[in-house]
Amino acid sequence: MSAPVTRVRRRAFLQQIFSAGAFVLSARLPRAAFAAAEQAAWSPSVYFGLETDGTLILVTHRSEMGTGIRSVLPLVLADELEADSTRVRYEQAIGHTKYGSQNTDGSCSIRDFYDIMRTAGASARLMLERAAAAQWGVPAGECKAQLHQVVHAASGRRAGYGELAALAKRQPVPKPGELRLKTPDQFRYIGKELPTIDRDDLCQGKGTFGMDAKVPGMVYASIERSPIYGAKLARFDDSAAKAVKGVETVAVVDPFKPPHVFQPLGGVAVIANSTWAAMQGRRKLKVEWENGPHAAFDSAAYKQSLFEAARKPQKAVRNQGDVDRAFAAAARTHEAEYYVPLLAHAPMEPPAAVAEFKDGKVTAWAATQNPQAVQEAVSASMGIPKEAVTCHVTLLGGGFGRKSKPDYVVEAAMLSKKVGKPVKVVWSREEDIRFDFYHAVAGMYFKAGTDAKGKPTAWLQRSVFPTIGSTFDASAEYGQEFEMGMGWVDLPFDIANHRSENGAAKNHVRIGWMRAVANIYHAFGIHSFADELAHAAGRDRVEFLLDLIGPDRRIPIEPIGMGYWNNTKSQQDYPVDTGRLKRVIQLVAEKSNWASKKPGGGRALGIAAHRSFLSYVAAVAEVEVDKAGKLSIPRIDIAVDAGTTINPDRVRAQFEGAAVFGASIALMGEITAAGGRIQQSNFHDYPVARMHEAPRETHVHVVPSTGLPAGVGEPGVPPIMPAIANAVFAATGKRIRELPLRKHKLV
Amino acid sequence: MIQLKVNGNTRQFDGDLEMPLLWFLRDDLSLTGTKFGCGQGLCGACTVHINGTAQRSCVTTMKAAAGKTITTIEGLSPQGDHPVQQAWKSCNVPQCGYCQSGQIMQAVSLLKQKPKPTDRDIDQAMQGNICRCGTYQRIRQAIKQAAGVKA
Repeated sequence: MSAPVTRVRRRAFLQQIFSAGAFVLSARLPRAAFAAAEQAAWSPSVYFGLETDGTLILVTHRSEMGTGIRSVLPLVLADELEADSTRVRYEQAIGHTKYGSQNTDGSCSIRDFYDIMRTAGASARLMLERAAAAQWGVPAGECKAQLHQVVHAASGRRAGYGELAALAKRQPVPKPGELRLKTPDQFRYIGKELPTIDRDDLCQGKGTFGMDAKVPGMVYASIERSPIYGAKLARFDDSAAKAVKGVETVAVVDPFKPPHVFQPLGGVAVIANSTWAAMQGRRKLKVEWENGPHAAFDSAAYKQSLFEAARKPQKAVRNQGDVDRAFAAAARTHEAEYYVPLLAHAPMEPPAAVAEFKDGKVTAWAATQNPQAVQEAVSASMGIPKEAVTCHVTLLGGGFGRKSKPDYVVEAAMLSKKVGKPVKVVWSREEDIRFDFYHAVAGMYFKAGTDAKGKPTAWLQRSVFPTIGSTFDASAEYGQEFEMGMGWVDLPFDIANHRSENGAAKNHVRIGWMRAVANIYHAFGIHSFADELAHAAGRDRVEFLLDLIGPDRRIPIEPIGMGYWNNTKSQQDYPVDTGRLKRVIQLVAEKSNWASKKPGGGRALGIAAHRSFLSYVAAVAEVEVDKAGKLSIPRIDIAVDAGTTINPDRVRAQFEGAAVFGASIALMGEITAAGGRIQQSNFHDYPVARMHEAPRETHVHVVPSTGLPAGVGEPGVPPIMPAIANAVFAATGKRIRELPLRKHKLV
Repeated sequence: MIQLKVNGNTRQFDGDLEMPLLWFLRDDLSLTGTKFGCGQGLCGACTVHINGTAQRSCVTTMKAAAGKTITTIEGLSPQGDHPVQQAWKSCNVPQCGYCQSGQIMQAVSLLKQKPKPTDRDIDQAMQGNICRCGTYQRIRQAIKQAAGVKA
């Protein structure tokens, strides 16, 4: 399979921060995985080592933000190695290119490393077997690895992995053709529900998060930043701040030079001997800013500008048939506009990191989804080689994409250089909400033509949103290939005349990826509008949706002027497969009792199905709207086909969580701005779903599969918002075209 | 100079009496199981027991904590096997885990007051504790399991 152009293009604007190696990995890694040994007695792969006492060291190179990945992925290797999971010690990897990409985002850990882990484990197993065979003078084929031992059945001889480690080390690395990968029935850990290695610690207050990192001699920093993106520091008075007990000094954090990438926003930092003293000192700063071009940013006016653009013809990104002719010939046409506001990630742990600058080198301890990005960003901002940056990865108190942007780590490193001590930077919740890399606001326009029975014959969709590309290229105004590839150009409906367009929008705040990214607004718009068409046709939603998707087939996606991103995978390996999409719809309909639950008494169901991160997910939401217009969500059913999965319990947990995350977006999430300033600051004005507001029960139904692994962390989110909004329509007759729901009166 | 009892030990403090208890626990005593989430008593990540009931340590000043008995997640049970912790483990509740110390301390306090809570009781007691990962249904399940009431 040739490397799709799309891979390169997505990375083109990322290259200043990521090593170019990130995407050639799938081709390069199997060799790289057998690089020189380092710590252990025998470590033919960078992902594990075997001590002579038999302890298996599993190097976990992905960041743990709650998915369980740092526990789950190394077990794939342990399984193929036929290792005993009770004899394992985990080590969290520092940031290093030798591990391949460590960017724990894009729901890609399993699909990008499943084969690599299996190959490494199977290779090591074969080397152990051959080592034992050589020692015993028997044919290698007669020796079999069995739970941390190699056994020769005929003679009854057996040797532990520990005692074989030194001998296995001398064995040549097997060629790929020599490997015997396990068959699924031989798996010990894959497909089983082992608890994560962090579970018990997390129930006892023991895990170490970025917020908890502490090194000797450390001081604490609290930073006053410009309330307006891009404003410059004019002057400041720190006399009152310095008078606060515990405050040691005040230092300027240099502002970014466009594009901002992951550089700090800049500001004035108060350095103190405790978190509280630093925060108190910062409140006493008097800072004046020179407002830049973004001081006029007003989210209400911006919203109108997005809609105005969406009403006019824009750049085509996919075109087939002739929508204009089909509209002219249609029995009826329907139009609608949809809107999703700016959103903040709001992980429970606000950004936090410790860094020490010493002898031209930086050592950081950070809650980061991407320690190599820490190396790159610190290197770029401080003018030191990235090899001079060591990044230790702590546990993350939630990430959702926020923590793959390490501006807060750079702040700590820059301040450490200025004050000559290790510095801990702690963001308050107010800073987290006001200075996020926001999920993009989007305005969308849809038009459909239908025949007399309401069957769509033409579909036109336009989106306008500030692009994540603006983070890497200050002039970027159009949706990037990966944004267009997230549920927009890959619309899988069986409509002969289709046109997708995208308009330009200038960013006035930092825009970044958040769990499910562009799928969030695309899915909300598309699947709500499809529900409108089903209603107009007077048809059952499930039947309409299955017809809309059409016959089982693999749809080749051919956008205009770009490749189809497809999460960097080929369409040959991961096609857009309507059969799989329909199967999850049928499954969720059955499990939610769709056919027998009829709307009534303010209660109703809504459905949406969306392919994202190469997984197929359908959700049914059951909502209840009481006489006062109060909305609750008694139940959500989610059916998912994510190909091969490793730990079913953690898969369910991700989809349970996605239902809550999606409910927060649907019901309450909204960031607004006036005069360039973000108007929200904490959970009172940027609410997220609490227990009594979240879906009461989420039932996750996983399609058994031995197919190629696909995403799990994010694809649960996109169908939730439209499923809820469609259920609200079924319950109340109110069509919600703008999120969040809390701004609408439902009765 | 004030005194307070933290997890059975008497502690003294002679700094800024307006400082929240949270930072005394985290920065001074290195009891980092108690988390900083919002600083305004809005999210519950900092929940500890003050004289036996769940309180937000991020909005409890040292002045208010003077003379009180504080229990943090680290002091809940010596082996980390309080029935609520056991239920949490058995239900695999944590995802990122950052909020879970606060959730557990809140749940223990609830069960002390209402050993057999209804769903409504659970909603009322737990709605101040945000979990952004969305583990609410397992939290509910774990509380019911610890209480021995039907799920």
